[in-house]
Amino acid sequence: MAEFLQFLLSGITVGAIYALVGLGFSIIYNASHVINFAQGEFVMLGGMGTVFLMAAGLPLIVAMPLAICVVVAVGLILEKLAVEPARDATVVTLIIITIGASIFIRGAVEVTLGKDFHRLPGFSGDEPILIGGAALQRQSLWIIGALIVVVAGLKWFFDHTRLGKAVLATSHNRIAAQLVGIEVRTILLVSFGLSAGLGALAGILTAPITLTKYDIGIMLGLKGFAAAILGGLGSGFGAVAGGIVLGVIEAMAAGYVSSAYKDAVAFVIILGVLFFMPSGLFGAKGAERV
Amino acid sequence: MGDRAQKSLFDLSVARKVQGTAKHSPHAPLSATEAAPGGDGAVRTVGAWLFSARTGGVLLLAAIVAILPLFLPNKFYFDVAIKTALHAIVCVGLNLLIGYAGQISLGHAGFFALGGYASAILTARFGWPGLVAMLAGAVGVGVLAFLVARPILRLKGHYLAMATLGLGIIISIIINREIPLTGGPDGMSVPALWVGPWRLTGPITWYWISGVTLVLAVWLALNLVESPMGRALRALHGSEVAAETTGIDVTRYKVLVFVVSAVFASIAGSLFAHAERFMTPVEAGFLRSIEFVTMVVLGGMASIFGSVVGAAILTALPQVLAVFHDFKHLALGAILIAVMIFMPKGLVPTLAALWRRRVG
Amino acid sequence: MRLRVDNVTKEFGGVRAVSELSFTVEPGRVHSIIGPNGAGKTTLFNIITGVYTPTQGRIWLGDDDITALPPAARAARGIARTFQNLQIFFNMTALENVMVGRHLHAPRRILPSMFHMPGIKRANREARERAAELMRKVGLARFIGADADSMPYGALKRLEIARALATEPKILLLDEPAAGLNPKETLEIDELIQKIAQSGITVVLVEHNMKLVMGVSDHILVLDYGRRLAEGTAAEVRNNPDVIRAYLGVGAVAGAA
Repeated sequence: MAEFLQFLLSGITVGAIYALVGLGFSIIYNASHVINFAQGEFVMLGGMGTVFLMAAGLPLIVAMPLAICVVVAVGLILEKLAVEPARDATVVTLIIITIGASIFIRGAVEVTLGKDFHRLPGFSGDEPILIGGAALQRQSLWIIGALIVVVAGLKWFFDHTRLGKAVLATSHNRIAAQLVGIEVRTILLVSFGLSAGLGALAGILTAPITLTKYDIGIMLGLKGFAAAILGGLGSGFGAVAGGIVLGVIEAMAAGYVSSAYKDAVAFVIILGVLFFMPSGLFGAKGAERV
Repeated sequence: MGDRAQKSLFDLSVARKVQGTAKHSPHAPLSATEAAPGGDGAVRTVGAWLFSARTGGVLLLAAIVAILPLFLPNKFYFDVAIKTALHAIVCVGLNLLIGYAGQISLGHAGFFALGGYASAILTARFGWPGLVAMLAGAVGVGVLAFLVARPILRLKGHYLAMATLGLGIIISIIINREIPLTGGPDGMSVPALWVGPWRLTGPITWYWISGVTLVLAVWLALNLVESPMGRALRALHGSEVAAETTGIDVTRYKVLVFVVSAVFASIAGSLFAHAERFMTPVEAGFLRSIEFVTMVVLGGMASIFGSVVGAAILTALPQVLAVFHDFKHLALGAILIAVMIFMPKGLVPTLAALWRRRVG
Repeated sequence: MRLRVDNVTKEFGGVRAVSELSFTVEPGRVHSIIGPNGAGKTTLFNIITGVYTPTQGRIWLGDDDITALPPAARAARGIARTFQNLQIFFNMTALENVMVGRHLHAPRRILPSMFHMPGIKRANREARERAAELMRKVGLARFIGADADSMPYGALKRLEIARALATEPKILLLDEPAAGLNPKETLEIDELIQKIAQSGITVVLVEHNMKLVMGVSDHILVLDYGRRLAEGTAAEVRNNPDVIRAYLGVGAVAGAA
């Protein structure tokens, strides 16, 4: 039982990270139908940025928001310089562009910050809390708490602010949104900024648990993408649910079946779900009109 | 016009894909003669025959393969050329899937590596003859592709991307973990390829093997593209529903092209294993899959020769960029973005269009 | 061959687009289906060609129940169509679009295709010649060397007809072939439909242009909200009080368009 609880707790923690990354995918996808393969790099940048700002002597409380701001700026620049000029390109072209961006960002970090592993201290110490025989990392509470705050914040943003409603409208129908005077280019910028910020947050929160390095973004990005797909692309709730489900199953599989195949589990699940539910767990069924 | 704009409203991915596809696809660089109105029933002259993409293009490629060794100063460059040719074979197959049939795959490195490891394991651990192992690998990969193709290719757009990506990653993880068989992350060495009494080793031998195989692969792919089946592939890319109602069994063709492209990748992988005498899981990795797709898109979707050019550039470029040392990845990323923004149709179709406008 | 729609219903999430509809298309005739927008005409085409599966009911072709056949198999049995929202292969040339229509009559085996065996060569030549011939027949001679996406709207409408004809259909379904065309082009389509009908192909026509419909049709079916409102010859339909009511009511604008 303690063992099960242990796996569940670590699964939820990891799942919350996947959810945060997956939300980033969903937000950009909704606004632009682009899958941003550089999403994982935002996560890496957040963690690495904070590490180096703290190494420069800044306290966490300053380094963290500063790092997020830097990553948001990177997201905006990416949108402006790489995605915006290719607005009308094919899906595959846009995928390649974001992949190019991710290679570029990884390369930039490799050159400037090096290839070593780095670690952030836990936000409230590294002593685990014992619950029913299972150890809960204090950092997990920060991660889960952050996810809850983010989800609530996003809900408020989309339901109650003009900008949020404009983003939603654009995702439903781009042309109609343009007709009612919504500046679609602004929406795209906002979505990239928002996703970059979320990614950075996820990267900072995980750094105390999983360490950070210039190339951790690849796998985290893919898992986040998997979470978004599992939940149904474009569904915010889906991305969160998909992330948690993915994290928990992965932790259970690692604990009870084989830790060697931990990373494979996520993708086996994804394939299974897609084979039987081609639009994900919560995705809308798209009917083809002729 | 109105209708096309309307279509993009509810089916963004397909509509955009279509717009971005090269028109003169099979006739890639030399299409002027093919597109001529006289094509219907007119007797094609020897000249036209020579300058058609299928014949002239293949001859040109063969000529390049034949004289290139004169310009390769040492073993290192031969090695780059071998890798280029083998990557190009994968891309030619992959372009049939992505460029012609319009179905993305982000997992083809998996098939490439499975072919390579099939050759490696069956020859090294089980003592099979090299050619038999290669064939077994190709058949095995073909069967695997056939089995997964039906459920996978029902998916569209990003869901298809995710599924193929997942498949590739699962293959890569298995190769990484089955250490007794594959050697795990450290890789495994591969015996030399024996064909009858001949032991095929050395960069020059392998240059010719990969070069000739590439020419053959290009010829086969061009033939397919210019057959009724090839038109069916492009048609289902253009409009699935119109293809269906015109009598094309869309599912069958998607499965078929997926299997063909997987087998191309498998054979290239087998050759790669014997040429390099070493296989590592890096060959199966997500980044390798991405590289293949990038080569296809960079060279030009629905352009077979584009795939060869794309493979050549992206295989050779990192070697060239090596002079930048640590800035290699930075430069690669920037180049990718720039080419995609300024030449979204890819190098060969863009240059071919420029050339056509120049000529007439 | 006789096409029979037998008690067909199609629901989309509880909304009935077609409701318990039955009718028969006799071979060799021009059979028009008219009705206001949203009457279920295109849905009906999608059911007949197998793009949609009906919620209930059967489709018969001759003595065979084809309800469960996929679109490609129905095409093989001689049903071809055009689309209201153009479905052109914009990634191909105009000629190639029509050549695709020869698919069912060409060899389609993988190895001969990849090795470019003589049969494939012959099939390519045959397809190219037939396609060019059909393009001339529908009045697209000057577009034979063109890319599909460089062609004007009216020409694309005819390109779809040429592609459909290339399959050598027994029954041709035309979905609003005159929509968006100017009077001269409409007249040409009128002539083309008559020419197609004279060649022995059964034509099922959905069209809003009443002058065109009344002129070419042997038989007219009037739909309203997915149900049959009236059926008969042009004269019978024109004088049917239900039809007059429907068309002077909400459907009047659509009918006149």
